Amino acid sequence: MIKVNALTKKFGSFVAVDGLSFECAAGEVIGLLGPNGAGKSTTMKMITGFVPPTSGQITVAGYDVATDSLAARKCMGYLPEGAPSYSDMTPRSLLEFVAKVRGISGDRLESRMTEVLAALHLEPVLDQNIETLSKGFKRRVGLAQAILHDPDILILDEPTDGLDPNQKHEVRELITSMSTNKLILISTHILEEVEALCSRAIIVAEGKILRDAPPSELISESPTGKLDDVFRAITGGKAA
Amino acid sequence: MNVTKSIFDRELSGYFATPVAYVFLIIFLVLTATFTFEIGGFYERGQADLSPFFDYHPWLYLFLVPALTMRLWAEERKSGTIEFLMTLPITPWQAVLGKFLAAWAFTGLALALSFPIWITVNILGSPDNGAIFAAYIGSLMMAGGFLAIGACLSALTRNQVIAFILTVVVCFGFLLAGFPLVLNLFSAWAPQMLVDGIASLSFMTHFSSISRGVIDFRDIVYFVLLMGVFLYANTVILQLKQAD
Repeated sequence: MIKVNALTKKFGSFVAVDGLSFECAAGEVIGLLGPNGAGKSTTMKMITGFVPPTSGQITVAGYDVATDSLAARKCMGYLPEGAPSYSDMTPRSLLEFVAKVRGISGDRLESRMTEVLAALHLEPVLDQNIETLSKGFKRRVGLAQAILHDPDILILDEPTDGLDPNQKHEVRELITSMSTNKLILISTHILEEVEALCSRAIIVAEGKILRDAPPSELISESPTGKLDDVFRAITGGKAA
Repeated sequence: MNVTKSIFDRELSGYFATPVAYVFLIIFLVLTATFTFEIGGFYERGQADLSPFFDYHPWLYLFLVPALTMRLWAEERKSGTIEFLMTLPITPWQAVLGKFLAAWAFTGLALALSFPIWITVNILGSPDNGAIFAAYIGSLMMAGGFLAIGACLSALTRNQVIAFILTVVVCFGFLLAGFPLVLNLFSAWAPQMLVDGIASLSFMTHFSSISRGVIDFRDIVYFVLLMGVFLYANTVILQLKQAD
């Protein structure tokens, strides 16, 4: 469903992403791991068509992101880093705006709204201005707009950042429940999340893929049985 | 079209979600009234027309329109919402047009709310209402030109103050393009054709005949083309700089 081939992004002389290649299919939950500045967010921005790559190709659901970005974006739901959203809107008006842009209306809109709001527990703040919401609610509004159209592909940049332990648990449950028929690509700093959620971990540092394996395989390589140790060994001791 | 309408609706309701809309409308109306009655000498002239009202519109727009457009893209870039917006299935044209049309409709509302002045002149005398209507259309077209320039320049930066100042300067250049202040900069070295070309870009020249109620097709075409050019430039800048 997503095919990334020799993807490179340079900002001036700085190489943020350096010849990244990987493929992933429906039913996979892929954790993109790496130290800060490893190129995780830039990779996600390129997959969603927001940042043009310097070189390399990306196809999403069979559509070339460079030439058919609109069709590719219709198949994806995206939670950008920091979950930016219009602070002067309410969660309800924001979700209705996204629904209109994505062509969802009538009964389908009603049923999707009900499902999404229940899954993310957004009902109590539905008509409150987004700028007045806590970080956790803002993140959940960001998640809600990403899953509203029930996309085949979900790209989530740090989906549980800013959530309390209970909310983290709920979002993980939600991701797991959606994972059977979707491709979900998440970036995270939380290694326990990778263990709990992901069927595959792609470890990147300095724009390159260092390992691409199921978390269980990575853990088996650790003498202590902890993913942290493997992560540190692979990324050269840089903090997660 | 539906997508453009969705963006239009969101933007227009955005004006009213904050005090921006009310502050703008009140200041616009107070200033138009002040210019018309105090500075323009509406009563003293003893003529039943709205020249003192329309003559000051270019100068009002020069400062009020950039205040309206400075946030259009700069704010989206600063707050990061541009990443949310432009990763939805929206083309740059739809986004640019939706935002521009909302700003234009809002300016149109401000203009429409000046109707008491029109009523006043009808109570006091017998003006040529066709000419006044034409002048309103002309003013709206000129506002569209200012707005397109402002929207385009707002996409260049994430700093709203820079967007404001750039727009004021560029609009000032367009306002006075037909006047010696601007033409003297070019006449010493540029060929006459270029100087004539610059002179023909003047807002004042194109607005002055419409403001007297004479709708010349060429003036309308000028403002439409101006909007088209700057909105196209806006889409290009957006694609080049959205992720910067």
